[in-house]
Amino acid sequence: MNRAPHAQEKETLLEVRDLSIAFASGRSLLMAVDRVGLHVATGETLALLGESGCGKSATALALLRLLPAAGRIVGGQVSFAGRDLLALPETEMRGVRGGGMAMIFQEPATSLNPVLTIGHQVAEVLVRHLGLAGSEARARAFELLTAVGIADAARRLDEYPFQLSGGMKQRVMIAVALAANPRLLIADEPTTALDVTMQAQILELLRRLQVERAMGMLLITHDLGVVAQLATRVGVMYAGEIVEEAPRDSFFSSPRHPYTQKLFAALPDLARRGGRLETIPGQVPPLSGMPAGCRFAARCAHAWQHCREEAPDWRLVGPAHRVRCHLVDGLAAQIGGAASPVASAPAGSSPPAPSVLSVTDLCVHFPIRRGVLQRTVGHVRAVDGVSLELARGQTLALVGESGCGKTTVGKAVLQLLPVAGGSVRLLGEELGACSRAALRQLRRRMQMIFQDPFASLNPRLAVGEIIGEGMRALGTTVDRRHEAAAIAAVLQQVGLDPAAAERYPHEFSGGQRQRIAIARALAVQPDLVICDEPTSALDVSVQAQILNLLASLQVELGLAYLFITHNFAVVDHLADLVAVMYLGRIVEQGTVDEVLRSPQHPYTWALLSAVPSLRLEEQPEFVRLPGEIPSPANPPAGCHFHPRCRQAMVTCGARYPQKTALSGTHSVSCHLYP
Amino acid sequence: MLAYLVRRLLYALPILIGVNLVTFALFFVVNSPDDMARMQLGVKRVTPEAIARWKAERGYDKPLFINEAANGTAVFTDTIFFSKSARMFAGDFGRAEDGRDIAREIVSRMGPSLAIALPTFLLGLLVTISLALLLTFFRASYLDFWGVVLCVAMMSISGLFYIIGGQYLVSKVWRLVPISGYGGGLDAWKFLILPVVIGVVSGIGSSTRWYRTIFLEEIARDYVRTARAKGLSELTVLFRHVLRNALIPILTGVVVVIPLLFMGSLLTESFFGVPGLGSYTIDAINAQDFAVVRAMVFIGSVLYIVGLILTDISYTFVDPRIRFH
Amino acid sequence: MAPVVLWSDALIWLLVAAALAFAWGSRRNPLLRAAWQRVGRSRTGMASATVLLFYVCVGLLDSLHFRPRLESGETQIAASSERKPAVYAVQVLSLLDAVLSPLRTRSEKTYSEPLATRAHAKEAIELRDASGRVRQIRDYPRLQYGGAHLGADETRRDADIGERLLRALAIALLVWWALAAATATALARIEACSHVEAWRRIWCNETGFACNAVLAVIAALLLVGIALGQLAVDYHVFGTDKVGQDVLYQVLKSVRTALVIGLVTTLVMLPLAVFLGVVAGYFRGWVDDLIQYLYTTLSSIPGVLLIAAAVLMMQVVIDTHPQWFATAAERADLRLLALCFILGVTSWTGLCRLLRGETLKLRELEYIQAAQAFAVSDLRILARHILPNLMHIVIIALVMDFSSLVLAEAVLSYVGIGVDPTMISFGTMINNARLELAREPAVWWSLAAAFVFMFTLVLAANLLADAVRDAFDPRLAGAA
Repeated sequence: MNRAPHAQEKETLLEVRDLSIAFASGRSLLMAVDRVGLHVATGETLALLGESGCGKSATALALLRLLPAAGRIVGGQVSFAGRDLLALPETEMRGVRGGGMAMIFQEPATSLNPVLTIGHQVAEVLVRHLGLAGSEARARAFELLTAVGIADAARRLDEYPFQLSGGMKQRVMIAVALAANPRLLIADEPTTALDVTMQAQILELLRRLQVERAMGMLLITHDLGVVAQLATRVGVMYAGEIVEEAPRDSFFSSPRHPYTQKLFAALPDLARRGGRLETIPGQVPPLSGMPAGCRFAARCAHAWQHCREEAPDWRLVGPAHRVRCHLVDGLAAQIGGAASPVASAPAGSSPPAPSVLSVTDLCVHFPIRRGVLQRTVGHVRAVDGVSLELARGQTLALVGESGCGKTTVGKAVLQLLPVAGGSVRLLGEELGACSRAALRQLRRRMQMIFQDPFASLNPRLAVGEIIGEGMRALGTTVDRRHEAAAIAAVLQQVGLDPAAAERYPHEFSGGQRQRIAIARALAVQPDLVICDEPTSALDVSVQAQILNLLASLQVELGLAYLFITHNFAVVDHLADLVAVMYLGRIVEQGTVDEVLRSPQHPYTWALLSAVPSLRLEEQPEFVRLPGEIPSPANPPAGCHFHPRCRQAMVTCGARYPQKTALSGTHSVSCHLYP
Repeated sequence: MLAYLVRRLLYALPILIGVNLVTFALFFVVNSPDDMARMQLGVKRVTPEAIARWKAERGYDKPLFINEAANGTAVFTDTIFFSKSARMFAGDFGRAEDGRDIAREIVSRMGPSLAIALPTFLLGLLVTISLALLLTFFRASYLDFWGVVLCVAMMSISGLFYIIGGQYLVSKVWRLVPISGYGGGLDAWKFLILPVVIGVVSGIGSSTRWYRTIFLEEIARDYVRTARAKGLSELTVLFRHVLRNALIPILTGVVVVIPLLFMGSLLTESFFGVPGLGSYTIDAINAQDFAVVRAMVFIGSVLYIVGLILTDISYTFVDPRIRFH
Repeated sequence: MAPVVLWSDALIWLLVAAALAFAWGSRRNPLLRAAWQRVGRSRTGMASATVLLFYVCVGLLDSLHFRPRLESGETQIAASSERKPAVYAVQVLSLLDAVLSPLRTRSEKTYSEPLATRAHAKEAIELRDASGRVRQIRDYPRLQYGGAHLGADETRRDADIGERLLRALAIALLVWWALAAATATALARIEACSHVEAWRRIWCNETGFACNAVLAVIAALLLVGIALGQLAVDYHVFGTDKVGQDVLYQVLKSVRTALVIGLVTTLVMLPLAVFLGVVAGYFRGWVDDLIQYLYTTLSSIPGVLLIAAAVLMMQVVIDTHPQWFATAAERADLRLLALCFILGVTSWTGLCRLLRGETLKLRELEYIQAAQAFAVSDLRILARHILPNLMHIVIIALVMDFSSLVLAEAVLSYVGIGVDPTMISFGTMINNARLELAREPAVWWSLAAAFVFMFTLVLAANLLADAVRDAFDPRLAGAA
C-alpha cells in the first residue's frame, strides 16, 4: 500500500484492507463492496464520494459491524488503533462503537429515539463508555450540547426530539457521537437532509470540532461541494470499488479517472451556462451483473478492448494520488477539453416574449385549528402576497429553503390548492374566476413535474396509460389509434423507446421515471410547466441528463418553466429570472445575473455564501446565518428576516419593507434600500 | 393536552347516543313488541289478551316516541323510547324476565367476572410480551421460526377446545381442581386457577405473534441503529429503546379492553359455571330475555368508550409528542 | 330430480366466478402477477393452499342442491333424518349428500366408537338360546351397519382394517406417482430440460412454483382420503354420535358452513368497507366526519353482544313468518345468510378504518396530484389510482379474516346465536358434544373429529394468509 507522505507524520487510526461486503438475496450473495482499501489518520478527513448505490454507506456500517441483517462481511481486514475489528468478540466491539469510533447518520429526524429525552440519549453514551452517572452525566451532557452550538442547552436536555428542528437534531446527533471522545468520527451524508444554510452551519461545526479534538473523520457524501469544504483526502467509489484516491487539492485541480472527470463535468456551473451538461450514458451496473473488466468501461467514452477484459490495478499518478484506470497517461490533457462551453445565446437576451403566467399578490392560507372545538384560531400564511411574471420560452427559478412556501406557490398556480387571495392569470385568463369547464380547458396549458420520480407515477398503470390519461381527460386526442401514436411520439421526444408504453414504472430507473413524468406533462402540449425540484432526488450524472432534456425541450417547444428549487447551481445553469422566497414572501427578484452576481437582500447573500463552492481558491466569505427559519404560522413582526439579519435596524422590527425597484427587472424588499 | 382530552370526552357523547339509537332500532323497530310477545309466550298461549298483558307488564304498551294521549313532558317521557332507552343513561335498566332488577344484578355479578378476567389479562400480557421479546431477541433463528409456527398453530385452535380439553385433562383425568363452580374467600383460587390458565394459554398464539410483529417493526428503525452505534448491548437496545416505542401501538390494542374486563368472558364463565356477567349474558340470550341483552349492549358500549378515553390518556404517558401538544 | 338453488349456493358460485375473474384480471397486471408468483414460490403457502382447495371442493360439492324424485313413499321415509320436519314432504339434498349417501343413511341407534362393530354402551339384548327360550343379557349390542359385512366373525375386524389400509396405500401411491410423473413431464416440456433434471428441480425447489410442497401435501391428502374412503364403506370411521349419525358425514357437511361463513361474510363486508373507507379518506371534510362517526359508533358496541342482539331479533322475524320458507333447508339457509350479513355489518369497521388511513396517505401522493392537474374526475381517480393501490390491503384483510370468521362461528353457535341448530357446522358439533367428555367412559370422537378438521382448515387458512401477506405487503416484499 502506498501511504501518502504527509499522512505518515500522523498516527494512522483506521486501516481497511480488501474489505468485501455482500448482501444475501434469496440463495445467492451479491457483492456490494469489492476489496476496498482505505486509511484514515488522526486529524485527517477522508471523504468517500460516490453516487447512490455505490456501496459507500455499506462500507461505513461494516466498519462498525452494524450492517443490516442481509449484509455480511465476506473478506478483508479492518484495523482500528491497532486492533483487528473483524476479529473482536461482540462484547469488545461494543466498546469500540461509540467509544473509539462514532457515527452520525443521514436522517436526523429518524435517528433519534422519539420517546426519550435528549439528555437521556446523550447521557446513555456517557454511562456506557465513561462510567459517568447522575448529575455528573447531566453536567457533561450540558457541556456537550453547548459545544455543538445548541442555545439554552439546560432546557433542551429535558426536551424530546420532536421539539427540535432538523438542524438541531443533527447537532444532538453530533453531541451523542462525540460524547465518549471518539478518535474516529464516521459521518454518513451528515447534511444531505438539511437546508443549505443549515448545511453550512453543520459543516462549520464539524470542521471546528475536528480541529479541536484532532479526530480522524470518514465523511460519506455524494456532494462535491461538501467534499471541497471538509475533506483532506478524497476516495471516489464506483460500483463497489474505490476508483480514485487523492489529496483534496490535486483531486480538484486534476481529477484523473474518467468517472471523476465526468462527475465534475456533469455539475451545472456558470462556465457552461445555457449550454449542455456533460452526461454519463447508461447506468451503474446492477450488483448481480458486474462486468469482468473495469466496471466503468461500459459507460466510459475512452474505453478500449483491454478495459472490458481486465480490471485495472492501482497506478500512482501524483503525490499520494492514485487511480484505477488503464489509460491514465492519455487522459490528463482532456480535462480542459471535456468541459467546452457551448456557444448558444442565453435566452434572456432575446426580445421580450408574450407573457404566459402573471401572478399578483397570491395568498395561500392554511387554517390552524386549536382547542376543544377545533376552531380556526389563525392561519399559516404559507404564501403571502407573491407576484411573478413569466414569458414564453423563459425560465423563472423560485428559490428558497424548505418550508418557505415555494412548492405551495406551484400548486396554487395549478389551482390544486384553494387560493386565499390575489390573482393568477394564465395566457391572460384569470384562473380564479374561471368556471370548472373553462378551467378544464386551461389545465392543458399548464402542467407540473414533481420532485420524487418514485411517487409521481402510479405503479399500477402502464407507462402508456399514465401518459394517455391526461390526453384523454383533457380531450386532446380523439381516437385510440391516434392516441397510441401521440404517446409514442412524446416518448421519443423525451428520449425513451416507444416500446416503453407497454411497460410499468417499476421497470425504470429514477432518471427514466423522471423522463416519463416529463412526457406525461408534455403530452397535453402545455405552455407552462411547473418543475418542482425535478432533479433533487437524482444523482448528479442523471440530473445532468434531465436538465439537458428540459433545456432542449424549452428551445424546441417554447415552453415557459416555473422552476422550483433550492439548488443554486441549477438556477445558475438554466434560469433567466430568479425570485428568492423567505417565509411565504419574495424578498428579491431579478434576472440571474442581477440576483446571483450582485445580491442585494441580506438573505440572498447568506444563501449564496452558504453554497459550498467547488473552487477551492475562491471560497466566498461565509455569511453565517444564525438560527433557523421561523414557523410560518407565527412569523416575526416586521421584516420576517430581521431576527437573523446582521444588518437589522429598528425599523426592520416595526414593519415589513416595501418592494424597491433597483432596475427595470431587479427588485428587493429590504429597509436597506429605501 | 387538556383540550385534547376534553375533546375526546365530548366526542364520546354523540357516540353513546348513537349506540343507544342503534340498540333501540334493533330491539323495537325491527320487531314490534307484539312479535316479541308472541315469541316469548310460545305458540300455544298466544291470544290477543295474553299479548296485551305481556306488553303491559313490561311497559311495552306505550307508543314508541310520542305519546299523544299524555300531557306536558309526559308526551315524550311516557314512551318506550324514553322509558327503555333514554333511562339507561341514568343507570336504570328495568327488570329482567324473572322480575329482578337488572342494575342490581349487574353490580353483584361484576366481582366474579373481574376475579377471572383481571388475572387472565395481566398474566396474559406478561407472558405474551415476554415471549414476544424472546422471539425478537432470537429473531431469524430456528427458535424464532418454530416459535412463530407454534403461535400460528395455537391461534388456529378454537377457544372452545382449549376450555373443553383443559377441563377434561386437568379436572377429569388428573383431578387437580374442581371442574367448575365458584366460591368466595380463600378457597376461590381452586376455582379460579384453571379458567385463568386456560384463558392465558388460549391467547398466547395471536398476541405473541402480534407483539413480535410490532417489535420487529420497531427494531428496523433508524434510532435502533443509532443506539447500537452507541455501543449499547442488544438487551439494552431491546428493553430501553424498542420496548418503549413499541408500547405505543401495543397500548392501542390493550388499554381499550381493560374496562371491558368487567363484562367477563362469555365462554369461560359459562363453561366454568362462574356467576359473572358473561354467564348472565349467555343465559339471557338463551332465555331470549331482551331487556338484559339490551342492558348488556349498552353497558358494553359505555365501557368500550371509557376504554377509548383511557387509551387516549395512556398515550399521554408514553408518547411525549402528545403530552406536550 | 329438481335442482334447487339456495341463496347461499348462488352467492358461493358468484364468489367462485368473481375469484376466477380476479385471477384472470391479475394475470394482466404485472405487479399483481409478481405478487401471486411470490405466493406460488412460498412452500407453506402453496401447501396450505392445496389443503384449502380440498376443503373448497368439498364445500362446492355441497353447494349444488336438488330435490330427489319421490319414487315411492317408503324409501323416502326411511331416508329422512331429523332434518326434515314432517310438514315438508320434500327434502333438499346436495351432490355431496348423494356421494355420501351410504354415510348419511346408515344411522345406528346411538353412540359407537370409531371403527367399532358394537355400540358404546351396554344394553339389554334378547337372545334366543339353544333351547329356544328368550333370555335377556346386558351386553354391547352389535351395530346395524358398522362392520356388518364381517358377519359373526368380529375378530376379523383388525385384519380387515389392515387389509383396507394396505390397499389404500397402494392406490394412493399409484395415483400419486402418476400425478408426480405428469408434473415432471410438464415441467420438462416448459423448461426444455430432461425428465430427470425436471424431477431434480422439483425436489430441490428450484422451480418458480413450490411444486414439491404441493406434491407432498397431495400425497398426504391422497393417503388419508383413500384410506378414509376404503374404511368408510363398511365402518363408521369416526364413530357415531348420540343419535347414531356418522361423525365423518357431519364433519364433511360442516365444511360448507364454515366456508360460507368465512367467504360470504367478506362479500357483505367488502363493498361497505371499501366504499366508505375510500370515500372518507379521499373527500375528507364532513363526509369523513360522518363515516368516522358511523364506524366508531358501530365498533363501540362489543361484537358478540351486537351479534347476539341482531341474531335474537332475526330469530323473532324468522319465527313469526314461517310462511316465507318452503323447506327447513331454506329456513336454515336464510338464517345462515343472515348470520353472514350480521357478521359482515359488525366487522367492516376495522378494514374501513385501515383503508381510510391508507387513502389519506395516497391522496397526498404526487401521481394523484398529477391526475388532478389533468382535471381527471374524482371518480376516475378513485377507480384508477386509489383503488388499485389499496388492492393489497384488501386481499390481505380478506385472507386474514377468513380464519377468524371460521373460529367465530364455533363460538357463536356455542353461545346460541350461530347457525340454525339443525344445520351441521363445527359449532353445532362441538356444542352437541361438549358434555360427552363428562360421560363414563368419555365419548371423545365427535370432538376429536371436529377438532382435527377445523384445526386443519384454520391452520391452512392462517398459513396461506401469512404467505399472501408476505407477498403483497410492499414493505415485506421489498425485504424478501
